[in-house]
Amino acid sequence: MLATDRVTGTQVQLMMTCLCDTFFDSVAQATVEVLEHVGCTVEVPEAQTCCGQPAFNSGDWDSTRKVARHTCRTFDSSKPTILPSGSCSHMISHGYDLAFEKEDDLSTAQTFAKSSWELCDFLVNGLGIESWPGRFDAKISLHRSCHTRGTQTYQSAVKLLSSIEGVELIEFDESEQCCGFGGTFSVAYPNTSVSMGKLKIEKLTADKPDIVGAVDMACMMHLSGIANKQGRQFNKLHVSEILMKALRNAK
Amino acid sequence: MKTKQPIDAFARDLPPEIRESVYVGSKAKYDKRLDSLTQSFAAPDDIRKLAGQIKQHTLENLPEYLGSAIEKLEGNGAKVHYAKTGDDANQIILDIMRSVNATKLIKSKSMVSEEIHLNKFLEKNGCESIESDLGEFIVQLDDDMPSHIVTPIVHKNRKQIANTFEKAGLGDYNDDPQTITRRARSFLRNKYIEAEVGLTGGNFVSAETGRIALVTNEGNARFCISANKTHIALIGIEKVVPRDKDLAVLLNLLARSATGQQLTVYTQFINGPKSEAQPDGPENMHVIFLDNERSNILGSEFKEILRCIRCGACLNVCPIYRQSSGHAYRAVYPGPVGAVLSPLLAGKRYPEYADLPKASSLCGACNEVCPVDIPLPELLLRHRNKAKREGIKKASAGTPSMAGWSVLCSTPAMWKTSLRAGKAMDYISLNLIPVPAVQAWAKERSLPPFRGGKFRKWFKDRQKNK
Repeated sequence: MLATDRVTGTQVQLMMTCLCDTFFDSVAQATVEVLEHVGCTVEVPEAQTCCGQPAFNSGDWDSTRKVARHTCRTFDSSKPTILPSGSCSHMISHGYDLAFEKEDDLSTAQTFAKSSWELCDFLVNGLGIESWPGRFDAKISLHRSCHTRGTQTYQSAVKLLSSIEGVELIEFDESEQCCGFGGTFSVAYPNTSVSMGKLKIEKLTADKPDIVGAVDMACMMHLSGIANKQGRQFNKLHVSEILMKALRNAK
Repeated sequence: MKTKQPIDAFARDLPPEIRESVYVGSKAKYDKRLDSLTQSFAAPDDIRKLAGQIKQHTLENLPEYLGSAIEKLEGNGAKVHYAKTGDDANQIILDIMRSVNATKLIKSKSMVSEEIHLNKFLEKNGCESIESDLGEFIVQLDDDMPSHIVTPIVHKNRKQIANTFEKAGLGDYNDDPQTITRRARSFLRNKYIEAEVGLTGGNFVSAETGRIALVTNEGNARFCISANKTHIALIGIEKVVPRDKDLAVLLNLLARSATGQQLTVYTQFINGPKSEAQPDGPENMHVIFLDNERSNILGSEFKEILRCIRCGACLNVCPIYRQSSGHAYRAVYPGPVGAVLSPLLAGKRYPEYADLPKASSLCGACNEVCPVDIPLPELLLRHRNKAKREGIKKASAGTPSMAGWSVLCSTPAMWKTSLRAGKAMDYISLNLIPVPAVQAWAKERSLPPFRGGKFRKWFKDRQKNK
């Protein structure tokens, strides 16, 4: 999507995503603090639930549209909607096109899509922020999170993180490979999904990073869930949390 | 772990040494591909997109281009046949063989011939059909199936191959790759000379000139059409490209995407049978264009899959293929391209293969490496939706139903209630919750502590205190 087609501005809405609503409140909090730091006023519409991706990836597009229509109604398309997730924002910007392909309200879904942004993409391409202040002393391996392919999310996250004083982004092998979550794939293909996750953990942690970072908590939930069961936890942070910690360290 | 999906079960039960062979081979090809593309081109992604447009344009105008290719081929002296089905193609090949009193055929690598199970058909009809590509030859000796479209025996190691050769009477046990290759070579030399008919595939056919482009690394396609008088080229109708110069784009991408080579060792352009202008080659040339469901695919929501140039890059990068191997897909075309194509080629037997599109985390790596930019994840999603609409159970086995969930997610009051109720999860062992999806998650994964609604409360309090 061209930057010029997209809705930007500093009056923003947060779509926290269902995973941050249920498990990862710290990520949603960090997102609010990061957005406020760059001068945004953040609203959190009460009626929000989920983007509809679980049903979409399962092939149930009637259910997808039911949830997507609710989401389109809940958010105001004249203001940017920010998501701390590459996957959910990809769902809205690409998945809705497919799910509404033959529907009368395709344009409503597309209008909302033009106002939706993943956090890092918004900071860099929506607001034009090139570097991030503060300090964070850590070696970080940043998982790419597959649904950011073809979007500006990963490059934006790398741009911001690498500009933070003290941050060292480390390269690791097979960075193009998926963690194995894949929504309902993780339960329909439990063996393959877990094997992929174990391999991913091995690669992400090979160089002993201080932090494993991600732009998506879904990948993180899967990876840390496996690591936890194996009794070999690693420190994990969402990119918003790293940005927030850097700010706090500056104060 | 228990699973209802056949490919997941296959991956679970796959012998570790096969998984290792597939993993090592895939990774090597992936790495070489990236190197060879970035070394040669400043913007490989742009070339990939251009190639996609060339192929898509051809598909949008296929009747015209196919018509022109046929006209040119006939003008060049080839006899052109159209086969609606695989059975038709087999019969045409048998009829050609009978017309020249032939019982021996030698063939170079052709996925289309695998698709129509040509070898078995010819054997049943009293003809010999010998594979001359080394990998395919080994597959044939073993009565096995190729597990990869470019490297058919990526699932085998040299010890297994040495055993195969010993059993086939090709010398004593010897697992030295050079020895194996030399033995295959001396066996096949005689077969090339004995064969009355040579069969090849065709990687591209130019509509402009009728020129067939054929790539191999072993030079076996040239041998197949050197010593005999009849050449049959068996080609899918989607292999047509508009102009000779389009081959510059496509050939530059094909070998790089497949094996990381700049070009295959042999690239042949076949312009027709022996003639005054072309003193070498077989006297008779037959070109069989195979449809086998392709016209139906062309008119469907899956038409982009016909852009495929069979490089195998999507297999090599696919994490599910790497875990499960090609045989998991139960079809001639494995991996992401196979998961899209195989159910469609199955025609009325679509439901039997409707689980294949579920073999993906939709990570999109396949699209990223595809030399013709096929939107594979989108096509996999379309299959899942089709299976759901048609009520095919095999596709959704193991996937929780989304009907109730969608009501929950479109009713904010219910959603908020569940944010409170979810807390119960922290106090119950997940392994005891009798929901298959929860069991599948929890066997080897924990869930983080439930913190439903915590952020909402934090945000409200913060707004109040501002």
